[in-house]
Amino acid sequence: MLRWPVLVPLACFLLLFGFFTLRLVKMNHGDMPNDITTVLIDKQIPPFALPPLFEGKPALTSGDLAGKVTLVNFFASWCIPCRAEHPLLATLAGKVNLVGIAYKNEASDARAWIGAMGNPYQAIALDRDGRLGIDFGVYGVPESYLIDRQGRIRYAWKKPFDPDEIRDTLLPLIAELSK
Amino acid sequence: MIPETGQFALILALLVALVQSSIPLIGAARQDQAAMALARPAALAQFLLIAIAFGALMSCYVTSDFSVLNVVENSHTDKPMLYKISGVWGNHEGSMLLWVLILSLYGAAVALFGQQLPPGLKARALAVQALISVGFLLFILLTSNPFTRVDPAPLNGNGLNPLLQDPGLAFHPPFLYLGYVGFSMAFSFAIAALIEGRVNAAWARWVRPWTLAAWAALTLGIAMGSWWAYYTLGWGGWWYWDPVENASFMPWLCGTALLHSAIVVEKRDALRGWTILLAILTFSLSLLGTFLVRSGILTSVHSFASDPARGVFVLALLGIVTGGSLLLFAFRAGKLDGGGLFAPISREGALLLNNVLLATTAGAVLLGTLFPLIADALDLGKVSVGPPFFNAIFLPLMVPLVMVMAVGPFLAWKRGDLAGALGRLKFVLALSLLIALASWLIEGGSASPLWAAGGIALASWLGVSALLEWAERIKLWRAPLNGLLTRIWRAPRSAHGMTLAHFGMAITIAGITGSTAWKSEHIQVMHSGDSVDVATYRLTLDSVEDNLPGPNYTASRAHFTARKDGVVIAEMLPEKRLYRTPPRQTTQAAIHTNMLGDLYVVIGEPDPKGGYVTRLYYNPLAPWIFLGAVVMVTGGGVSLSDRRFRFGAPKRAASAVTGRA
Repeated sequence: MLRWPVLVPLACFLLLFGFFTLRLVKMNHGDMPNDITTVLIDKQIPPFALPPLFEGKPALTSGDLAGKVTLVNFFASWCIPCRAEHPLLATLAGKVNLVGIAYKNEASDARAWIGAMGNPYQAIALDRDGRLGIDFGVYGVPESYLIDRQGRIRYAWKKPFDPDEIRDTLLPLIAELSK
Repeated sequence: MIPETGQFALILALLVALVQSSIPLIGAARQDQAAMALARPAALAQFLLIAIAFGALMSCYVTSDFSVLNVVENSHTDKPMLYKISGVWGNHEGSMLLWVLILSLYGAAVALFGQQLPPGLKARALAVQALISVGFLLFILLTSNPFTRVDPAPLNGNGLNPLLQDPGLAFHPPFLYLGYVGFSMAFSFAIAALIEGRVNAAWARWVRPWTLAAWAALTLGIAMGSWWAYYTLGWGGWWYWDPVENASFMPWLCGTALLHSAIVVEKRDALRGWTILLAILTFSLSLLGTFLVRSGILTSVHSFASDPARGVFVLALLGIVTGGSLLLFAFRAGKLDGGGLFAPISREGALLLNNVLLATTAGAVLLGTLFPLIADALDLGKVSVGPPFFNAIFLPLMVPLVMVMAVGPFLAWKRGDLAGALGRLKFVLALSLLIALASWLIEGGSASPLWAAGGIALASWLGVSALLEWAERIKLWRAPLNGLLTRIWRAPRSAHGMTLAHFGMAITIAGITGSTAWKSEHIQVMHSGDSVDVATYRLTLDSVEDNLPGPNYTASRAHFTARKDGVVIAEMLPEKRLYRTPPRQTTQAAIHTNMLGDLYVVIGEPDPKGGYVTRLYYNPLAPWIFLGAVVMVTGGGVSLSDRRFRFGAPKRAASAVTGRA
């Protein structure tokens, strides 16, 4: 005798199985989970104003980014891949205006993290509730957005940087935008 | 020669597993004793062959045989011996080999110690276990061969990820696998019972020790991983809700539920269908975890080099194992109805509520872990699910769970007396409120968060009630003292085990509360000679030594002196290490513990003026988090030694149970 409640676990499992299969099929077509395209490419950055992470520093607004080629890097102290990425950001010193956004983070945690890991950023703002993250379409941390002098998003990298990506894509793009 | 021996042993193991998965199953259907009896030697042979393969790979690592690709990619001659050995399972191929080794170990253990099992059930359970082996051995041989050679052999290897070069982490995977692969045994028994169409108290009694062993190992494995994160990641945290942490935590939640529902089947012959379902789900969650980690469909620090081909293979295995068993469950569940009736307020009722809460928590963690994937598939856009989500769902489910946990053991089977139980717990309630108030006042009254007092109250409620239940069981007050030791010895070991496990949980809850609420944290630049006050301690940075050579790294080591009231209590030496192959920096926190709290010191980057960024923490009750886990594991061990699980016991016990139920 089959009664429908005993089929519920199977149905739930088949649903999940479907999601997994879809994901793997997408991965086979080169769509890796980290490759998230952003619809904001070539669009103007969303206007924002965020408090500074460190008290006494100026606040960060979208207007501050005008006129310089800026890399906006979302990070969080609770994010382990950010730790892996962090030393690479230091290699960008002097090449681009690097702005860090502490995403969904308690200020004290983020400050502790920067204190321990070093500060490669020219400015760090605090996006405590992730509001700016929503505007940028942040999916997870770390994520980075390259913004040109006119304030348009030209490039998005939705995973930790690796040396190859920095050398082959990011640095040439920064050089081109800085001309 | 040695790698080839290993590979041949694996192929032979696959052939043996094929035999073990088919002939005993057919034999059981035909009541053919000889065919059923084949399961035992086959299970032993399979374990032996996989052990030979595992030994072969280990010998390649120990001798640094760089003609083997896997060794080249994950080892280096400079690596200390401990990490050459742990390097065997510090990579995808080797860890899969460990996976099947443990799978076959459980099979061999059932073959050896399950003399009293009914031959049909034993043959079927071992056949199902071998069926899982076949899948995973094929997976290793076809997609992840650890014995692939490389020609010409390089002079040295690439080394192991420095974060993994740590004694705590060396033994974390074996325990973790002993845990979640161990749930395969409960799964195999469940499938065997579904094939037979019969689940009874005796079945529950046979399944429980295997579940208990797996649960204890998993608890220890998770605690070791968490402890490792605590002392090496260097910012005092110990749980991050990373997808891979969740992958091991979901089977733990579900396995904990299984452990408790199996008691209901054993004692009262109720919840039979639910228990079978839990056994299937627990192991399915283990497989799901394996799939998530190996396929790379979610991103996580723990991921092994991911490969869609491997993902497809593990997904197919997951589909066959879980899909097939749930289908079988759907067909057979109707036969499992009935059993003992019970009132909502009863021991069974409390255990059922515990099950519902644990299963809901496991489901919520699953949803949170997979949500990015589901949202992506449904084009719901970009969603991130971080620790805030998990904390928000976890607490509201855990608080009622712990409250019930304290009351449940005081309720009688069938129909309990809630008012009576609460009456006996009045004094516990008063005492826990008192402890909470005292701890809150000690930690600065209004300066400390109010929820911390709630957490401490909850922990005391659970801990004290566990002790009270134990005291009543051994008649601490009601009977003369001189027979006390005998009464303790005579009481069922599983009852002592429960007390320990529940008390351990209380310790862990107190640890979580204290270390989260009352942490003091000081981050600053310090120069040699500077002192900083942390909680009631004064920490002085004496000096920092640079360029200290280690076996495969160079370190900067800071010398701190910790003083309390002017008296030196500890020298603390945190390090920052730079490993050579692969080049990577790690932190080694220095921890001084007095068991009531940890003084935790990390040395960070130098600043241009000759100072160093230092992070100094005092984490009150942090050691209790891990201590509690150890007490829980001890409880599992004590319960496992209960005489009714011992060899020879089940047959007699089976008749006794039918008599009682």
